[in-house]
Amino acid sequence: MSLVLNEEQRLLRDSANSFLHDSAPVAALRKLRDEADPLGYTPELWRQMAEMGWASIILPEAYGGMDFGFIGLGVVLEESGRTLSASPLFATAVIGASALVLAGSEQQKETILPAIGAGELTLALALEETHHHRPNQISTTATPQDDGYLINGSKCFVLDGHSADKLIVVARTSGEHDDTHGISLFILDRDAAGIQVQRTIMADSRNAANITFDNVKVDADALLGACDEGWATLEPLLDRGRVAIAAEMMGYALECFERTSDYLKEREQFGALIGSFQALQHRAAHMQAELELSRSVIMEALTAVDESPEQLPQMASLAKANLNELVKLVTNEAVQMHGGIGVTDELEIGFFLKRARVAMQIFGDTGFHKDRYATLNGY
Amino acid sequence: MTAPVRSDILEDLDQFRSDVRSWLEQNCPESQRQPMTPDQQYWGGRRGSFPSDDARLWFERMRDRGWIAPEWPEAYGGGGLSPQQAKIVAEEMKGINARKPLLGLGLWMLGPALLEYGNEEQKQQHLRAIVNGELRWCQGYSEPGSGSDLASLQCKAEDMGDHFLVNGSKIWTTKADECDWIFCLVRTDPDAKKQKGISFLLIDMDDPGISTSPIELISGESEFCQTFFDNVKVPKENLVGELNKGWSVAKALLVHERKLMSEIGSDSPRQILTPNEAARQYLEFKDGKIADAELRGRITDYDMRMQAVALTHFRTFEEKINKVRSPAPLIMKYVGTEAEKTKSELLLAILGSRGVGWEGEGFTEAELDTTRLWAMSYAMTIAGGTSEVQLNVVAKNVLELPQHKES
Repeated sequence: MSLVLNEEQRLLRDSANSFLHDSAPVAALRKLRDEADPLGYTPELWRQMAEMGWASIILPEAYGGMDFGFIGLGVVLEESGRTLSASPLFATAVIGASALVLAGSEQQKETILPAIGAGELTLALALEETHHHRPNQISTTATPQDDGYLINGSKCFVLDGHSADKLIVVARTSGEHDDTHGISLFILDRDAAGIQVQRTIMADSRNAANITFDNVKVDADALLGACDEGWATLEPLLDRGRVAIAAEMMGYALECFERTSDYLKEREQFGALIGSFQALQHRAAHMQAELELSRSVIMEALTAVDESPEQLPQMASLAKANLNELVKLVTNEAVQMHGGIGVTDELEIGFFLKRARVAMQIFGDTGFHKDRYATLNGY
Repeated sequence: MTAPVRSDILEDLDQFRSDVRSWLEQNCPESQRQPMTPDQQYWGGRRGSFPSDDARLWFERMRDRGWIAPEWPEAYGGGGLSPQQAKIVAEEMKGINARKPLLGLGLWMLGPALLEYGNEEQKQQHLRAIVNGELRWCQGYSEPGSGSDLASLQCKAEDMGDHFLVNGSKIWTTKADECDWIFCLVRTDPDAKKQKGISFLLIDMDDPGISTSPIELISGESEFCQTFFDNVKVPKENLVGELNKGWSVAKALLVHERKLMSEIGSDSPRQILTPNEAARQYLEFKDGKIADAELRGRITDYDMRMQAVALTHFRTFEEKINKVRSPAPLIMKYVGTEAEKTKSELLLAILGSRGVGWEGEGFTEAELDTTRLWAMSYAMTIAGGTSEVQLNVVAKNVLELPQHKES
């Protein structure tokens, strides 16, 4: 176990930080929003990220990857959280790549992973069916037909769902509505016949979509992992996603907190800097304490992905619940402590506030993860 | 794998761990491998006695091995171990539930301060005596009029040429009625501003003019005392550090105290239930889950928080050995003691009316302990610097927020 970054990881952090501040600051997200950009990210930015190896950061070397592990990934995600940079990093390089690494056949890995790493192929996970994260409650069906399957159903909150080249679809091949057995994963082209995609405009100005599947025909080799056994892939896949999004959320919290504590040192009221008021000092110091706890949780959760998979379910739920509450606290306090300017669109704090609320819904809210943590601990 | 520790050192540590494990296995008596109740502890001192023969044997073996104070130099009775090695000893002891053979403020607080600020004579005189359990120490910082504003303290030590003459009183002197020596903050320059005129003095409590009386708390316990000094003569050589510079010694000591208090939860001398365990005894389960959703949520919050706190303890250690600067140590007293208070309140809720019994028949000992510990937990966020003072320190030293004009 290691909770301190090594030299290589620190260098990665510094280079990610300067690249993102130059190439994809919060202003870039504002521009995408204001121009109602149809893609929702800049392909040139993704090309540059891929060139730096970010698209292949967790991929094994055998498939042209960097094999930097999740600690390395976490460093990049945290920095991209500080700048709210919109890109396929999460949906493709974390979720898509992990799904293939965990469950892909040799042939699937050989054809898809190098393309992901090169920044040439993007993916999206079509999982959610209701407005709450309930990964085992799958009604979308995949029925055997001829030599393949016929997929029917509808999905929501599919991150990058309108822009990805391929979809990974979670569907039921047997069992009841909420059985973990009988879930299967399929990988297919987003523009396959029978797929309808509706982009949804979210509060955070990032990408998500509702997708319907109407008798979508796929070959047998679209199956990712064993039929009916998709839960064995989905659970560790979601845990990786939870840890990764939590690392990104750490970036929102740090950036918001630093901007706020800077503001406390420059804003004057009643003839004094507002940071000299104890009412604000204590709230700021309390946030510092929460940030320190979250930092330890994130480091341990990222390490668990790489080194102790048996700890991962509990650590992922701890990390996601902890970061949900952290970003809620810090973004709320950031707005309040900025006062009037805090509620203007001009100040970038609002972007963090809105992104935090969307991220809190990704792969489980606090209630979901508290329930799971308690269950894992036998109560 | 991130810690930049060389692989040969790691291998040496593996070897060290296995040596420690087999030594403990051979030398720690079976009876000393269970959690301690207060009457099974050994605090040393002139009036201290061993609670059992096994406790004496265990203490003597650990003393001879140098592991009463594993990180202190061997010349002063310590083990001369590196922080990594000392951590291994602590982990291996915990692994077999080995009891701490000696407890006390001399070991935890004064010793580390003397190693940093004491002169050679003071180290020679006091460190081995602490490790040998010969003397028991208490702390004299707070005064009736100086709590959070510690630097306003008034207990004075006048320079009488060949000695100091001490007059005043100290409060919250833990177990002072059982202690032999006291380390004190005293005012040596009445004209200097606040912390500038304060010195750090060691005083033998057998000296004429010292008296102590216990204070009863809301928990019903009287662990704390008030100690009075009436024309007490203290030799000049008992000054630690420079005259009027005692504040820096005290600050170094406070760091030890806060670290200690933040860790106290995991090392409670009593057999206190965890909320998770208490739930199994006192709450209904339905389909493997606690039926009371509100309490289930609170227990989960607490367990998650404690895991985050434990990981942060671990991280501060890793940062220390890797020489990484971090604000984490400064928040530990605040989060650790607040979590302890949350736990006490939560245990009361889980135990219901069985958690508010005070004494006598009708309750188990564990239930009565729960009530008493709840009442005691209030002192945790006050002693050693209140939570509010901790937050002030973070605001000033970590966030570097502008200070209010008066401070």
